[in-house]
Amino acid sequence: MSVLSDRMIISNMQSVRRSSQPVFDRVFRWASYGSALLVLIVLAGIIGSMIYGGMPAFREFGFGFVTSSAWDVGRDQYGAWVAIVGTLTSALIALVIGVPLSIGIAIFLTQLCPPWLKRPVATTIELLAAVPSIIYGMWGLFVFAPLFAKFVQIPVSSIVEGLPFFGTILYARVPSGVGVLTAGIILAIMIIPFIASITRDILDQIPTMLRESAYGIGCTTWEVVRHVLLPQAGVSIIGAIMLGLGRALGETMAVTFVIGNANRLSLSLFDPGSTIASRIANEFNEAAGLQLNALLALGCILFLVTFTVLVLARLLIAQVKAR
Amino acid sequence: MSPIAVTASSAIGHSAPADLNAPVRIGVRNLNFYYGDFLSLKDISIDFFDRQVTALIGPSGCGKSTLLRTFNRIYSLYPEQRAEGEILLDGQNVLSSAVDVNELRARVGMVFQKPTPFPMSIYDNIAFGIRLYEKLPKGELDDRIEEALRKAALWDEVKDKLRQSGMGLSGGQQQRLCIARTIAQRPEVILLDEPTSALDPISTGKIEDLIEQLRTEFTIVIVTHNMQQAARISQFTAFMYLGELVEFGPTNKMFMTPTKKQTQDYITGRFG
Repeated sequence: MSVLSDRMIISNMQSVRRSSQPVFDRVFRWASYGSALLVLIVLAGIIGSMIYGGMPAFREFGFGFVTSSAWDVGRDQYGAWVAIVGTLTSALIALVIGVPLSIGIAIFLTQLCPPWLKRPVATTIELLAAVPSIIYGMWGLFVFAPLFAKFVQIPVSSIVEGLPFFGTILYARVPSGVGVLTAGIILAIMIIPFIASITRDILDQIPTMLRESAYGIGCTTWEVVRHVLLPQAGVSIIGAIMLGLGRALGETMAVTFVIGNANRLSLSLFDPGSTIASRIANEFNEAAGLQLNALLALGCILFLVTFTVLVLARLLIAQVKAR
Repeated sequence: MSPIAVTASSAIGHSAPADLNAPVRIGVRNLNFYYGDFLSLKDISIDFFDRQVTALIGPSGCGKSTLLRTFNRIYSLYPEQRAEGEILLDGQNVLSSAVDVNELRARVGMVFQKPTPFPMSIYDNIAFGIRLYEKLPKGELDDRIEEALRKAALWDEVKDKLRQSGMGLSGGQQQRLCIARTIAQRPEVILLDEPTSALDPISTGKIEDLIEQLRTEFTIVIVTHNMQQAARISQFTAFMYLGELVEFGPTNKMFMTPTKKQTQDYITGRFG
């Protein structure tokens, strides 16, 4: 009797579970659907509101908004060119400096580093990524910029003065230490941890046997790295670089501190400039009317630039993979 | 006799018998090998004979791969590993710090458990190794590459696509490409570390035929888990257990009339 009733309870419980499952299943399905959709909605909302906010500026200046280098709050004239150039130049400088260093770090950590040194170096690199960007900005402005002015800008300017090309791009009219090159250097330091640690992971994932067989035919470490490991890692390293580029393009706080925030276009890397992000950060607080619209329009352009970089990176990776 | 022993011994005789008068190519003298503090090869002394295939057999962890990896000092990539004793290649101790390891590795080629084509074209996979040590005019380089691919029985399959990536070949073709890459450097010794363990039976058969061909030119040492394979392709067999060399001799003798009980137990499938 008791056995029978036990069984009935069990079968009852099972039937309860059974009948409730489809409901949970549906709730779960919609919850996960919803989470995924939410991201899309938020993104669409951000893009939409920025386009909406920036529209008056685009309407006022047309395509000239992109190509004009004017930014005059008094006369309500706005153009994005200086900020676009500053954004691209500082990010490019960051890559030129940061990528070789990052790859060098990754190669050292995976191929050359004695085991006892591995952890300290790797941890330090990762800590660099954890430093808040405002710290980089303050350090850049108060520590790095004065030293940079004294030991780089002034001597270099006096050497290149009057020379063609170098006399233009490396001449500081006012050697204050801040400028596009300074911003690029600070950005390089900021993107190194990302590119270096991803590249290190990529190199670590290459099968030991491939590495050993390269050494096995008599390669030196340099030949192994140059001809086998880096080509093998190739595409993935491009991905790491693009991640760093994305960060460099959008970085705001540190750049705002050290780029000098000039509204004038200069051919010299030592001269102050501004990036899209730094201009927005600088002016957003007190902006109203058309100026606010122009800043939102700048935001749209930054969106477009980073999006383009992302798409190009994807295409590049797809192309290399297909080969 | 157990069925395994029957099949293993029936495989004997596929290749040439051991040449007992062959000169010594590699002489190992009192070799000890350490992973950190762990002694993994214990006082090994053994000779490998010129243009003979020697198979190293034994259960996993017996040290057969470790022994193979001392001949080209590939272990020295890892600072915690070290070898003591002597390994004489043509009378010269390769463990001596005076030996240039990169040059040594060109003289003692190695093929691994899995195919490891380099991320470059089929042509460059082979040219790369040659260019490291020799500056050859283009025509001569082409000849060397064709020769190596022919010897590796791969030429007919790849001659029309030398410029394509080596990664696009099948597993068996990739492994033959790795063998071609090794022989293109004209080494004296070829080390094979379970070269067929990742391959299907047909590809395995091709590699075994290839080893039989290569024996006429090179001294070959092969680590294998497969006793039939050892019986089929080797002239000499060394049985290792727990870091020690238990028995070494001509393959047919090792499989038919082993002197040590451990060898017999392993060959008849009683353990391992």
